[in-house]
Amino acid sequence: MIRFALGRLVSLTASLIVASIVIFAVVEVIPGDPAAFMLGVNARPDTIAALRAEMGLDEPLIARYAAWVSGMVQGDFGMSWTYKTPVATLIADRIWVSLPLAIYALALSTLVAFPAGIYAASRRGGAGDTAIMGATQLGVAIPNFWFAMILVLVFAINLRWFSAGGFPGWADPWAAIKALTLPAIALALPQAAILARVMRSSLLDMLGEDFMRTARAKGLTCRQALWRHALRNALIPVLTIIGLQFSFLLAGAIIIEQVFFLPGLGRLIFQAISARDLIVVESVVMLLVFTVIMVNFIVDLTYAAVDPRLRARA
Amino acid sequence: MSLLSLKNLSVQIGGTPVLQGINLDMAQGQITAITGESGSGKSMTALAIMGLLPQGAKQQGQILLDGTDIVQTPEPALCRMRGNAMGMVFQEPMTALNPVQTIGAQVAETIRVHENVTKAEAHARAAAMLDRVGLKVAPTRYPHELSGGQRQRVVIAMAIAMRPKLLIADEPTTALDVTTQARILDLLQGLVDEFGMGLLLITHDLAVVADVADRIAVMQHGRIVEHGPTSDLLRTMRHPYTRALFAASTHAVDLPAVQNDAPLLAVRHVMRDYPTKRLSLFGSRPTFRALDDVSLTINRGERVGLVGESGCGKSTLTRAILGLEPVQGGQITLDGAPVSQGDHALRRKMQVVFQDPYGSFNPRHHVDRLITEPFHLLDNPPKGAARDQAIAKALADVGLPSDAADKYIHEFSGGQRQRLAIARALIVEPDLIIFDEAVSALDVSVRAQVLDLIADICRKRPLAYLFISHDLSVVRSITDRVLVMQGGKIVESGLTESVFADPQHPYTKSLIAAAPQLPELAHAADAL
Repeated sequence: MIRFALGRLVSLTASLIVASIVIFAVVEVIPGDPAAFMLGVNARPDTIAALRAEMGLDEPLIARYAAWVSGMVQGDFGMSWTYKTPVATLIADRIWVSLPLAIYALALSTLVAFPAGIYAASRRGGAGDTAIMGATQLGVAIPNFWFAMILVLVFAINLRWFSAGGFPGWADPWAAIKALTLPAIALALPQAAILARVMRSSLLDMLGEDFMRTARAKGLTCRQALWRHALRNALIPVLTIIGLQFSFLLAGAIIIEQVFFLPGLGRLIFQAISARDLIVVESVVMLLVFTVIMVNFIVDLTYAAVDPRLRARA
Repeated sequence: MSLLSLKNLSVQIGGTPVLQGINLDMAQGQITAITGESGSGKSMTALAIMGLLPQGAKQQGQILLDGTDIVQTPEPALCRMRGNAMGMVFQEPMTALNPVQTIGAQVAETIRVHENVTKAEAHARAAAMLDRVGLKVAPTRYPHELSGGQRQRVVIAMAIAMRPKLLIADEPTTALDVTTQARILDLLQGLVDEFGMGLLLITHDLAVVADVADRIAVMQHGRIVEHGPTSDLLRTMRHPYTRALFAASTHAVDLPAVQNDAPLLAVRHVMRDYPTKRLSLFGSRPTFRALDDVSLTINRGERVGLVGESGCGKSTLTRAILGLEPVQGGQITLDGAPVSQGDHALRRKMQVVFQDPYGSFNPRHHVDRLITEPFHLLDNPPKGAARDQAIAKALADVGLPSDAADKYIHEFSGGQRQRLAIARALIVEPDLIIFDEAVSALDVSVRAQVLDLIADICRKRPLAYLFISHDLSVVRSITDRVLVMQGGKIVESGLTESVFADPQHPYTKSLIAAAPQLPELAHAADAL
């Protein structure tokens, strides 16, 4: 198990290095000189050159890459050109919105999807199965920004249970959780629908396995066999989806953040791209890549915990 | 009173009768065998007794286990009986165990489901049971760390952990090697004696039946056509189906004599190493030697058998001969040219027929396209009428009608599919065919027909083949010469008859001794 984890760590580090090179290179080749952009169309060439020197853009690529990476390792992400504040501070402010939101949404989706998928699988072909599969079909089909607006209309404007948007900060945790509830539900809906479908089909695959017949021959009831033998075996594909969903929820919540006026990472990166604030773009993208790779690492470890065959194969 | 008594048992699935009027009695301490070909209802009988028939099955009649009618017993009570009063062992030890639980936990579960014991006590009893079935590994191991034979021992331990009165074993040794099969059959016999339970042994292998069973029931099309004490039944064989089944099992084909002795395939000192798991993170990978200095020759028109247990290197050798894998030493030449070059002209001379007749065909293509696949090896493949003619000839050669060309593979039975696989191999008129367990998945009567077909083809044109099989009796009847492989080495080779009659190497001796034999009286029945 420890060797397995070490092996994964090595490949994780390699992925991070490759990702940092790609991100740096891509941002560098994107057309549009940030200095020219910041100074506007009427700027004189020598002013632009001066700003370029001030921003360090005239140094060789390798030196800038090295400076960027070594800064990041020490927690120094550089200074935002448009906000004039350290990127680290910008990210720190926003990650306290995005990360809890992603975890909240993932928890909701898992809490709904697991029972729904298990129930549907155990009643295959029955009314409960048909109803749940119909609901998930709908959940996958409904765009989440539209669903978000319906939530606002019903729960914020009509019922007045929640506020329609904005984020009060974590000074009052209850208010913060309340502000994140509607966005989390909007984000969780399609995820839960997908997860429930995966859970169901994965379980159904397992129910046809030989070892399930063996379990029944031992004297286990259908339900006992499902819980003790099928569930753990069915988890591998489900964990894969959960890992992918978390990464998506962290970075892909941008539309929902817009709908609810949440100061999250999605909005930050969107604004930074519009303003050619390359240092912010690079840092946030790198941070997201780091998170995705870490999540995959954790998912890999969970695989190994669930399935002894994967431990051996490392 | 008998332990198990089936009275006029009938089962229908979706309106189709699968079992019709089954009557069977078995006593404690006895081994009763049910035999018959696939689809005869053997396994369905076992599932009916376990109360595990598929959903939607309708049953009539009685299944009395110690006086309790299983047909009438409600599901919760059945759950209490399964694993407790009756246990079951399945065919596929590789998939019958839960891959994510330790073997000890899985055996202990049988005990914990039925008895209110502590976890520690259940595990202690499970360990004792694993020891009783002769398993020499720790109960904390996982199924994937065990061999097929070891896994089957775990499944048996699970089935007998509560010392049931009735043990049902559905093809318990079919997936195992002959020596492992002999040990598992020994174990089952020992358990019957020790625990005094009744064993219902379901197998298609008549030789196994004849060796171990006290009584035999022969099934065909969902009915028991004949049953009685083993020796009586084998002596009289009243029902024609019983006679046909035994005749097919002992079927000897009539091979024409080899006409030519020019060498065709030459394997010289071949080594094949596989990299295995790294021992340290950055160290070099150790290797496993799958083929160790293997040399063999097959002459033109010569029929050579290759036998050995799973993992001995048979499949590796096949792939190496086909040029599908690089070798780390030695050379393989076909007609003087190295197979590793793999040009089309060379590949045309060598074709292969695999075990799984279904898996080796693309289900979305018509048969004409499937069997003409090797045409791409020809410089000028026949087109139009010539192609149709070639297809018709290939189909006729394997005894199939020419209208088979427009069908899909799922429309054929297992035996017909294997005929198509042979047609596909023959269509480019190769010099050498490799039969890789080509008849292992077939029922005995179909197997006899396919073996006859192969002999028939040999009479029409000189054909050399390498016949790989774990079934010694088949190899004995269909080859001129035999090679015995163990641990990546060829340990014995010689004329088939002399190797079987007078094996020299201890491994060959053990293989032949382990193979179950039909008694001579069955041979005598052939003549009837």
